[in-house]
Amino acid sequence: MAEIAAKVLVVGGGPGGYVSAIRAGQLGLDVVLVEQGGLDGGLGGTCLNVGCIPSKALIHAADAYERAAEQAKSAPFGLRVEHPTIDFARTIEWKNGIVGRLTSGVGALLKRHRVKILQGRAVMVDGKTCRVETDTGPQAVSAEHVVLATGSVPTTLPALPFGGRVISSTEALSLSAIPERLAVVGAGYIGLELGTAFAKLGAKVTVIEAADRILPSYDEELVRPVARHLRTLGVEVLTRARAVGLSDAGDALRIEQEGAAARSIPADKILVAAGRRARTTGFGLERLDLSMNGPFVQIDERCATSMRNVWAVGDLTGEPMLAHRAMAQGVVVAELIAGHRRVFDGAVIPAVCFTDPEIVTVGLSPDEARKAGHEVHTALFPFQANGRALTLGAEDGFVRVTARADNHLLLGIAAVGAGVSELATAFGLALEMGARLEDIGGTIHAHPTLGEAFHEASLRALGEALHI
Amino acid sequence: MGTRIIKLPDVGEGVAEAEIVEWHVEVGQSVLEDQLLAAVMTDKATVEIPSPVAGVVAALGGEVGSVLAVGAELVRLEVAGEGNEVVLAAPREAATTAPAEKPAAPVPAPVPQPTAVPSAPLAPVTRAPIGPPRAPGEKPIASPAVRRRAREAGVDLRQVRGTGPAGRIGHDDLDAFLRGAPKAGISAARAANTEVETVKIIGLRRRIAQKMAESKRRVAHFSYVEEVDVTALEELRATLNAENRSDRPRLTLMPFLMKALVKAVADFPEMNALYDDEAETLERHGGVHIGIATQTPSGLMVPVVRHCETLSLWDCAAEVQRLAEAAREGRATRAELTGSTITITSLGALGGIVTTPVINRPEVAIIGPNKQVVRPVWQGEQFVPRTMMNLSSSFDHRVIDGYVAARFVQRIKSLLEAPATIFIEA
Repeated sequence: MAEIAAKVLVVGGGPGGYVSAIRAGQLGLDVVLVEQGGLDGGLGGTCLNVGCIPSKALIHAADAYERAAEQAKSAPFGLRVEHPTIDFARTIEWKNGIVGRLTSGVGALLKRHRVKILQGRAVMVDGKTCRVETDTGPQAVSAEHVVLATGSVPTTLPALPFGGRVISSTEALSLSAIPERLAVVGAGYIGLELGTAFAKLGAKVTVIEAADRILPSYDEELVRPVARHLRTLGVEVLTRARAVGLSDAGDALRIEQEGAAARSIPADKILVAAGRRARTTGFGLERLDLSMNGPFVQIDERCATSMRNVWAVGDLTGEPMLAHRAMAQGVVVAELIAGHRRVFDGAVIPAVCFTDPEIVTVGLSPDEARKAGHEVHTALFPFQANGRALTLGAEDGFVRVTARADNHLLLGIAAVGAGVSELATAFGLALEMGARLEDIGGTIHAHPTLGEAFHEASLRALGEALHI
Repeated sequence: MGTRIIKLPDVGEGVAEAEIVEWHVEVGQSVLEDQLLAAVMTDKATVEIPSPVAGVVAALGGEVGSVLAVGAELVRLEVAGEGNEVVLAAPREAATTAPAEKPAAPVPAPVPQPTAVPSAPLAPVTRAPIGPPRAPGEKPIASPAVRRRAREAGVDLRQVRGTGPAGRIGHDDLDAFLRGAPKAGISAARAANTEVETVKIIGLRRRIAQKMAESKRRVAHFSYVEEVDVTALEELRATLNAENRSDRPRLTLMPFLMKALVKAVADFPEMNALYDDEAETLERHGGVHIGIATQTPSGLMVPVVRHCETLSLWDCAAEVQRLAEAAREGRATRAELTGSTITITSLGALGGIVTTPVINRPEVAIIGPNKQVVRPVWQGEQFVPRTMMNLSSSFDHRVIDGYVAARFVQRIKSLLEAPATIFIEA
């Protein structure tokens, strides 16, 4: 068996792994990255192949189609469109093109930083070596440092094993046709993003959620515009409902709902979006002496595991399972290995929900801030009073700021509205820099932009709003 | 309407002045007859001054901490009918003349703010932090660039004071910290606490300060420490306490030491004496009035057990207990706090190994027992466990020679080591 020695072994080529490898390469370290590939992977991991990027492509296409259809129906600003149709195979091809460009870009970046890429599944033998089954035979890799970045996989519901009509987000992003009737189990961000996209593409979508409302991890005020728009799109939302299995014929989803009789929802596809779980099996991780934190690998503020020189980043290490968290952790680990002093100490990790309208949250919600013992000032500014929102025909939503009452330090910023995901940058920067309401109030915001709502919300929290 | 001046009354025999320790009223306030106006302190007793009439406070005779002579204006009241004041040229200016030679601020002067005091020339001018300081445990606010620099310099930002808005730590704060830190890389370095709290030394604390400074300035102190084997004494004490009689207080070392002192000073009359260093006379007292240094919530007080030569062991114990309680509760009278001829100072269970007590001037000797410890003591052919205690005493070398002091302490030692001799009548 061939054997390679390296300074750093990275297990997993997703955002956590490949970023860690690039950074380590930049720092002059000798890096081997192992990526198992397969249907749900490849360089770029879940994010690039079957997650963030393809879903956003699909959402964009669905959005464009819906707008065209809207013009055909009512032409609010006079644009005449006759019977728009969508060639879904072309949509998927376009999406695949984007994914292909990005994943080959990642490959090129890794090569540029002299990272050796091994295709195959890495199985840890001990904390320093692993065995990789490659196309050209088994390969042993030994390294001083191991970075575990194996990611996560969609959660399986025992009542609804994947296969046939029951699909995960991975398959939903590569369907050959738009399903006529789509049942979505789980009204978290993944289920709602995809459910909304397919509804816009013409599917009859039913969403089943066990909690009493959609997006249960976001506060109610932020979710309200999303729930409103789902109704407009004709998406049926069943809350306090549980999927109990397929009908005998296999063409419908059986559900139980609190206060209602059990029933079946006919569906061509059933998308199970009940969250994701850490991918901790199949890599020989059980052979390592890793402390676990529930289902996740336990790490400290440096992303160090319980084993010396074994590091872990990304979804494997727990919530929030977000690519940008994994990437930031990957950089920290690479720099630590290179001998720098680092910790993962971001003040905030922004979260974006690409529903329609979009939701972005950074930092604490007003309730969370109060629970943390702060007396808070909170204020929101509605997009109805924002010129740019009106010109975009997207006046639903708002920006909301939460600050400490005593020194006006911003604790949390959130927004819901069309295109607000781009405001995550400003929000994150404000919190990361320790901005006070006065800092935002004193920053000249370009007019006319959606970002002015951030400015105005901050002014409003100070009792100085100008446009409301 | 008239003006009634309330003067500081004669609050005790031989008292010429008193310090205002608390105001119960303020200018503009209506007061009723017998309502308390102020608390003043003489020597070590605090006296409440009530208002003899009803009226409205027009002016206060000083601020807390002011010392007024007896007869000086304490409070000026606007009263119905005629006052007792001969109104001078203009009523407004009348207030500026103080009736006694002791300066008494006619109107309540604002309490000087600590910031008004010119700062030490060495202190560099620093930006004052804005907003409340970071609460312990609260995450420091700093930009990612500052956080990284701190991390690389081995600085824990929790130790760095942020002077930016909302306590934000900027590059300049980090620079200042790094300049101040002894060495980069020491993460345990603590931020310098530059807070200064100015506390007015008033009341009893000021009395203590004055007395201590005066004693140290005038008296030629020397201290002498001898160790005493108190094994036998402790056995006797335990036996007596084991009787557990409800009509007798529990005995501490104190009454034994007091009785031993009574016996010892009979042979050394110059120890039970007051030295008037201005008249250059030494007053030797026949009565043994033992001052007992007592810690009270407001500071050190010395209540006096009078005529110990007349008291039994139990009387001594009961009197010490009674006086200590009275002093702690602020009930001790002036008479109970004056007139000692020699003082005992004991830190009780704390004890220490050696102390250098400050003489309670004009006395000439002070005796301080230290803590008791069981120690191996060489006796002839072997070590035996004995309960040992040091006795730390100070004397006024102006009138007491070292030799005399040493013999005096030896006398006390022999009495304590053979406690029966304390009680044998000569």
